[in-house]
Amino acid sequence: MIDQFTPLIEINAAQLHYRVGGAMSALRGNPPVVKAVDGVSIVIRRGESVGLLGESGCGKTSMGRLLLKLEDVTGGDILFDGQSLSTLKGADLKRYRSRAQFIFQNPFDAVNPRFTIRQTLSEPLENAGIPPSQRQDKIIAALELVRLSEPLQYLDRYPHQLSGGQLQRVVMARALILQPEFVVADEPVSMLDVSVRAGVLNVFRDVRDRLGLTAIYISHDLALVRYVCERTIVMYLGKVMEDGPTEDIVHEPLHPYAKALVAAVPVPHPDQSHDPLPIGRGAPDPRNPPSGCVFRDRCPYAFDRCAVEIPQLQQAGTRKVACHLFDEAN
Amino acid sequence: MTETLLSVRDLRVSYKVGASRIDAVDGASFDVPRGTIVGLVGESGCGKTTIAKALTRVIADNASITGGQMMFEGRDLVSLSERQMNALRWREIAFIPQSAMNSLDPVYTVESQLNEVLRRRGGLGRREARKRCEELFELVGIDKGRLSDYPHQFSGGMRQRVAIALALALNPKLVIADEPVTALDVIVQRQILDQLRELQAALGISVIIVTHDISVVAYICDRTVVMYAGKVAEAGSMQATLTEPSHPYTMGLRNAFPDLQGAASGTLTPIEGAPPNLAFPPPGCRFAPRCPFVLETCRQVNPPLETVGPNHVAACHRAGEAVELRTQAARVDTWSGKVLA
Repeated sequence: MIDQFTPLIEINAAQLHYRVGGAMSALRGNPPVVKAVDGVSIVIRRGESVGLLGESGCGKTSMGRLLLKLEDVTGGDILFDGQSLSTLKGADLKRYRSRAQFIFQNPFDAVNPRFTIRQTLSEPLENAGIPPSQRQDKIIAALELVRLSEPLQYLDRYPHQLSGGQLQRVVMARALILQPEFVVADEPVSMLDVSVRAGVLNVFRDVRDRLGLTAIYISHDLALVRYVCERTIVMYLGKVMEDGPTEDIVHEPLHPYAKALVAAVPVPHPDQSHDPLPIGRGAPDPRNPPSGCVFRDRCPYAFDRCAVEIPQLQQAGTRKVACHLFDEAN
Repeated sequence: MTETLLSVRDLRVSYKVGASRIDAVDGASFDVPRGTIVGLVGESGCGKTTIAKALTRVIADNASITGGQMMFEGRDLVSLSERQMNALRWREIAFIPQSAMNSLDPVYTVESQLNEVLRRRGGLGRREARKRCEELFELVGIDKGRLSDYPHQFSGGMRQRVAIALALALNPKLVIADEPVTALDVIVQRQILDQLRELQAALGISVIIVTHDISVVAYICDRTVVMYAGKVAEAGSMQATLTEPSHPYTMGLRNAFPDLQGAASGTLTPIEGAPPNLAFPPPGCRFAPRCPFVLETCRQVNPPLETVGPNHVAACHRAGEAVELRTQAARVDTWSGKVLA
């Protein structure tokens, strides 16, 4: 019996720092460091769906890669089911690879164009040591799971013979074929046309519910995150800005950055606000973040304290916020 | 109503692929009134980018304009000589290509790329060109000190602004932007759209925005042209097409969009199936195989564009029943009866 409330993933002050710049700056002894993920702590319960929301360069994809151990933390720790990812090796690591899966952004880049769908879906089964006699049944079951009707007709086709929506379902089927407990989906519909996007998102929701998956959904679009995740984590320059129930963030974002993100989401209605966004121009520069709060140079509410002290993530009602505006509440 | 700047009538653009001919644009008609922003919306392969390129007559080698007219201020762009057309490009019609931010040449500074347009196309002298570069950067909100920077030194949003500056360099009357915000984050997306709107109003130009995203249309456009499989399905004022769509495809597009202002976790309704293969288009209405309201006639007779309201046209045999169809289209089960092709 799976306990609904035990944490499946515990991220403790995780860091992923990249050293950038060439040999010269290394020789000078002070190589610039990009803090892709910088002191992120998140607890994710079994069966929870969490959206990682932010602009490019905010560390959301790096966070996904850390969770799948495609990259190792340079500080802090990530526990999966009580086990530290950084010490996973050999058979344990191989087992983890089948428990946690990645769904890629561009389905056409995520599959080998010379492999038929059958070959594409056989590969993980082969790696997991499933005998050939059982493979076809599993492949059919996985394709049915992602609602590709009459799956037999797809088996001997090549990726270019499928539409984007169909291929993204195949990519999803590949991620699910070994019955993982945890999936990370990185903008899985951003490459798809609008009319098929909804179908792929519906399949994602449905499969997750049926298999009781724990899921991370990475996106810059809150409208999409809202559709699939009950909880949202807003990131900016490698740090968590706000973490809480998606509906609360949609209706009343607390962090100034979350406010701007919510206001920026385009809506398909003729009547909508054209007010300027509550955020300064410019883009976050990960090589050279401001002192104190990393968001302060674009924040319309910044005050003296923001430049000197890094705000810590603290409880504010139903959620956690990292902003000095909410210091007084405590 | 304002006068028409561009009037496209029955435009046909075909691609030769092997032995077969594909009509990517198959009889498209629409107008661009002066001083408005028109959104050309549709899915990939619907012909929207092909139309945009045909307007500048810079199309692929295997493509050709096989019919129709593109009347731009009294001149038919289809029948102009290459030389006359060349004189129009940049000066009167400017094109911002898809992922324009990657279309800048990485080995030249942005100033030298602006100069190429200003001096070679516009015939400006060195000093005038320099002044114009500074003006343009000011216009799009970039510090003029950055003129000597290379494209990689700019963020994606700033490169998009540079591409806009480039398009505005010679004061064109019409700017065509192909998916101007698709690769950008939501915040940058919004800022670029706001900027395009401001510039359009300040300079009094007309803009065609090619996009697959109806929320972009809802945010910035005055008029909408909805394309499906090489044909115009519906066209009209943005208000009318989005609040009172008369074509089932437009109705379906609305349902398929996540909406932050709507109720929580409502179900998104996809339009099942995929657009037809244009090498073998269906004989009747091209949307018929995916349409929940299909009749027998729809499969045989292609519906013409007909007026459904003031300045609002749609190509649907059942456009007269649009009020009733809209009610049905809002229900999820209306769209679920189809088998995935």
